Amino acid sequence: MNNKINFSKFFNVANIFSLSAVIVSILFLFFKGLNYGVDFKGGTLLEIRIDNKNIQIQDIRASLNMPELGDVNVKQFGEEGDFLIKFEKNANENKKFINNLKNTISKKISSAVNFRRVETVGPKVSSELLKQGITAIALALSAMLFYIWIRFEWQFSLGAIVALIHDVIITLGIFSILSFEVNLSIVAAVLTIVGYSMNDTVVIFDRIRENLLKYSKIKTNEITDISVNETLSRTIITSLTTLLALFSIFILGGEILKGFSFAMILGVIIGTYSSIYVASPVLNYFKVTQKTLLKEDDL
Amino acid sequence: MLSFTKLKVIFIYLILISTIFFASLNLKNNNLLDKKVNLGLDLQGGSYILLEIDTRPLINQKLQTKVIPIKKLLNENKINFKNFIISPNEISLTIDKKKQNKFKNLFFKQIKNNVNNFIPEYNKFELDLEFNQNKAFIKFSNFGIVSLNNVALKQSIEIIRRRIDDVGTKEPTILQRGDKRILVELPGIDNPERVKELLGKTAQLTFRLVSKDDGFGSEKLILLQNGEELTVNKRVVVSGDNLVDAQPQFDNQSNQPIVLFTLDRLGARKFGKITTENVGRRLAIVLDNSVISAPQIREPITGGTGTISGGFSFQESTDLALLLRSGALPAPINIIEERTVGPDLGKDSIDAGVFSLIVGFILVIIFMFFKYRIFGLVSNISLIANLFMMVGILTILEATLTLPGIAGIILTVGMAVDSNVLIYERIKEELKTEKSIIHAFDTGYNKAKITVIDANVTTLIAAAILFIFGSGPVKGFAVTLGIGIITTLFSAYFIARHLTSVIVLNYKEGKYFKL
Repeated sequence: MNNKINFSKFFNVANIFSLSAVIVSILFLFFKGLNYGVDFKGGTLLEIRIDNKNIQIQDIRASLNMPELGDVNVKQFGEEGDFLIKFEKNANENKKFINNLKNTISKKISSAVNFRRVETVGPKVSSELLKQGITAIALALSAMLFYIWIRFEWQFSLGAIVALIHDVIITLGIFSILSFEVNLSIVAAVLTIVGYSMNDTVVIFDRIRENLLKYSKIKTNEITDISVNETLSRTIITSLTTLLALFSIFILGGEILKGFSFAMILGVIIGTYSSIYVASPVLNYFKVTQKTLLKEDDL
Repeated sequence: MLSFTKLKVIFIYLILISTIFFASLNLKNNNLLDKKVNLGLDLQGGSYILLEIDTRPLINQKLQTKVIPIKKLLNENKINFKNFIISPNEISLTIDKKKQNKFKNLFFKQIKNNVNNFIPEYNKFELDLEFNQNKAFIKFSNFGIVSLNNVALKQSIEIIRRRIDDVGTKEPTILQRGDKRILVELPGIDNPERVKELLGKTAQLTFRLVSKDDGFGSEKLILLQNGEELTVNKRVVVSGDNLVDAQPQFDNQSNQPIVLFTLDRLGARKFGKITTENVGRRLAIVLDNSVISAPQIREPITGGTGTISGGFSFQESTDLALLLRSGALPAPINIIEERTVGPDLGKDSIDAGVFSLIVGFILVIIFMFFKYRIFGLVSNISLIANLFMMVGILTILEATLTLPGIAGIILTVGMAVDSNVLIYERIKEELKTEKSIIHAFDTGYNKAKITVIDANVTTLIAAAILFIFGSGPVKGFAVTLGIGIITTLFSAYFIARHLTSVIVLNYKEGKYFKL
């Protein structure tokens, strides 16, 4: 333990930081909300490629000046000439709609348009998908809670779950602040973050438990300190290799995976932080000692 | 922990080799076994369409068919009634209170009941009967609606399958989802708009006479060709149910595309009778509440065949014939979700996905090698084995690989080294206090085991929940993530451990390696 860092010294500062980050996130989620994609809001998404690369984004916007589409959103998507269009109208109300729209756009900008992707989600399905997404995240959190409760003591379980909720709220908070689009793949990312952060927490908790049994005289916060230090190089290396893989997807994996890998990168960083600075302090707070472990074992 | 029996070693590498064999089946020109990883719609291009049947009109329609049997039942049993009213989902009538019990008994008779069918699966009747004062209300019971839905859904799936098969798309998937929905997946389809149009049409065909007076028994419908408003008799002469075949053709004289239809014997007889009796009048050919054409009956048509001409393009006549052949859907169907990916986008996605996989993989391998040297190499070999095993297992399961699925593989690459890192870091700690290197490795593996399993189970839980709740591409992610965890555990605890044991046991002095 020559490279010992006194983590617990910063526990209070970190807790204040975490708490304010969570509060800011909740405020943003509450007042600004999330920028839901068509999966959760309903409507239509089109990814188009235009042969004529001189066409500007405002030309596309102008060509879509049709009141029946509702709120229209156009943005550049990856390469030049590739655009992503979103509007509120459900394109399947009229079965000829997509073909007509294609002709209208290509006539107005006088260039061939290739519809590379069309996604239309009706209002009923989108609300179901949203409900499903929330249920899945809630279920994942409770499953983790249950697993840790079985494998450890309730104090650990509580620490882990506080850390997980912290991760999920801050990740979504950042999405809200940046107005990043939330769709089905973001739910997948959040669930993976939950798994990853849990993974990180479990490694530290395992060590804390082991050390609690090994040293009976040392205070809890010192035990957590020792344990965090002992597992620190593993924490850093694993985060690094995971981030290497994620940055590779983020930069090279194409536009569709951008949001997903961005959420994962955020999650890995926040999850690593929370294992050390959120999950472990909870154990201190509850003064988990060797006795806690032994008492529970007797039950 | 470091000792392996020969049998164990053989077994480990047998598993590895067999998964590599399966992984290799995905290479081009393999004709050993017809197994490979399927590409998801987001990678090969295609359409995912979720349809929902609207059974409300069906309930009303079925209720209409109950009218005559109910009246008959009442009359036969001398139960007086009045104010017989049919609303969209119930029938109400006034019956004297003294007769209500008698009616109830007849209504809920289990055998020989022409009015109210008994559904044996649910042990319930399809219709409910309620009394309020001297009023009686008849409507479908919840079980009746469920069985109505079920029947309609099964029929719809059958009809949709026929329509899609007729279009000639390759390997379509048509599945029931819940009690009202049908999932259609059409890989590699090039004209999704046409298929969507074919799927959404009810295609209820009727032949009805055009009448002169617009009385109670007729309705106003639009003639599609010129927008003319026609008064059409509500009575159906012949419907699409009597149709046995329909083919697109060209008219001999005008060379216009037309549809030639053939009726069954009953249909032919009815058609012949009506056309004989009504020469000179116009006959409306009605498809889903609009008139396709309304030709004048010039002579009796008794052969059971006829043509429909409506100023079609060839494509339109082909589609109409297809719709008529496949039959009418029992209830209207709506598209409630659609996701279509063009083939070029799919290819771009594969290229970008595979490229980022290779780059991520190389980065992790370089990192591990510099961090752990010879054991980094061991970890890298097990990582490569891991990748092969993942692809191999995906092949054995004939799983569907999606774009998020590729992301799952890349993520596994990043996270897979975690097990080895956990173990090596543990061994490093053990080496500080432990003199015997073999012993240090042994305890290192042993102590890290619980942590490794705990850490992986949590990710496995996340993957399982994603698999249950996710749909389409997201499910693909859950599959690769889940399989990745299992292969990771295998490669860390069997392959990497075995390689480590070989190194450690052969270089006992400890001069050749450093962690």
